[in-house]
Amino acid sequence: MSEARAQEADTPAIVIDKVTKHYGPHRALDDVELSVAKGEVVVIIGPSGSGKSTLCRTINRLETVDSGRILVNGQPLPAEGRELAQLRASVGMVFQSFNLFAHRTVLENVTLGPMRVRGLSAKAARRRALELLERVGVHEHAYKMPAQLSGGQQQRVAIARALAMDPEVMLFDEPTSALDPEMVSDVLDVMRALAEGGMTMVVVTHEMGFARSAADRVVFMDGGRIVEQAEPEAFFAAPKSERARDFLAKVLQH
Amino acid sequence: MNVFLDNIGVFRDGVLVTLALAAASTAVALPLGVLLAVMRVSPVEGFRTVGTVYVGIVRNIPLTVVFFFSAFVLPQLGVRFSYFGFAVIALVAYYASFFCEAVRSGINAVPVGQAEAARSIGLPFHECLRFVILPQALRSSIPPMVNVMIALVKNTAVASAFGVTESLGTMELLANRESTAVLSVLIATGLVYLAITIPLGLLTTHIERKVAFSR
Repeated sequence: MSEARAQEADTPAIVIDKVTKHYGPHRALDDVELSVAKGEVVVIIGPSGSGKSTLCRTINRLETVDSGRILVNGQPLPAEGRELAQLRASVGMVFQSFNLFAHRTVLENVTLGPMRVRGLSAKAARRRALELLERVGVHEHAYKMPAQLSGGQQQRVAIARALAMDPEVMLFDEPTSALDPEMVSDVLDVMRALAEGGMTMVVVTHEMGFARSAADRVVFMDGGRIVEQAEPEAFFAAPKSERARDFLAKVLQH
Repeated sequence: MNVFLDNIGVFRDGVLVTLALAAASTAVALPLGVLLAVMRVSPVEGFRTVGTVYVGIVRNIPLTVVFFFSAFVLPQLGVRFSYFGFAVIALVAYYASFFCEAVRSGINAVPVGQAEAARSIGLPFHECLRFVILPQALRSSIPPMVNVMIALVKNTAVASAFGVTESLGTMELLANRESTAVLSVLIATGLVYLAITIPLGLLTTHIERKVAFSR
């Protein structure tokens, strides 16, 4: 391996460097530092309002930051414009509320980005989209409108839509929080398969089972800060901070 | 009703001018309104300012004043058109601002997550608008846009005061000529406008049903 390539392999997929963000007087992110290696699965947990969703959304600049730097593949996030659009294309995002394009069929949702941004032909985009829809188990709904699908199916389409861009990183912002309980495992199964396939993932979730089984590292946030981070076994067996112990006691009670 | 039958050719000419005014003005004002709406939501501050100032001024003055500008100020600047042309310019300038606000209300009604998803797959701003936001916004703007069209059809009547003999001009002409049958002339003119505006309203329901999608 050449030196340049070795260096590239060492470059973290995401670096968050002393990032701070305020909503008015409220400090949403307070001096956050986080580095995600290529192929790593980082699960961010914490109470509501802890800043975990905000942090996730800063990585593709859906949220701007007040100070600090964010690097994706070693490159600082560009300002709004064509360059940022290009970077976003390689960072997949899955939202809590799915956000499928409501006026387009499932298939068109998945082909739009590859055709407009990646310049794929309609035929190539369609083939790839059907392949991805099959992989997430919703190919029989390819020609329906999003509203005709269940939440779990819509969220799997949203994952396929993000994967169609061949992203280097996938961001998940509470992907199962809006789902009926019986739909959750379908979505988590797809995510688990992605993680096993080596995808670099940042997942904000309340699913402790997923964090325990799929994460390489668990990050616990509270009050806009990263309070502690550890491998899942260590974190769930013996959280170091009192705040994390409290949180786990509450969410794992049931 | 004899007045109407006796003068059917005169009425027809008036109606045709009304329809031509309305069609020509809508054909330009509607796209211009969409453009203004896009400017008003643009990330470029200069565009936003131009759009906001234009709409803020034009929408808030009487149409007659806009007609005066078009019919008397433009010729002084050396612009040469027929009365019809100046009437279309006035109607376009005025109604573009109303179409703009109808479209903008539609844009604001599209959930913010749609734009976030579009940006997240790497679409630049204009493609987010073109492929994701506007197709949804225009559908929900259909009822307010038809309201604007109906207002536009009715207010083509202002052109009669500026030398264009459309339906209202025809009415004045006939009312003077047939002074014993003024009521019939008035009723016939009212029916002429209703015959244009009511189908427009009915068309809305039809189009809305055709392009509907659920969330």
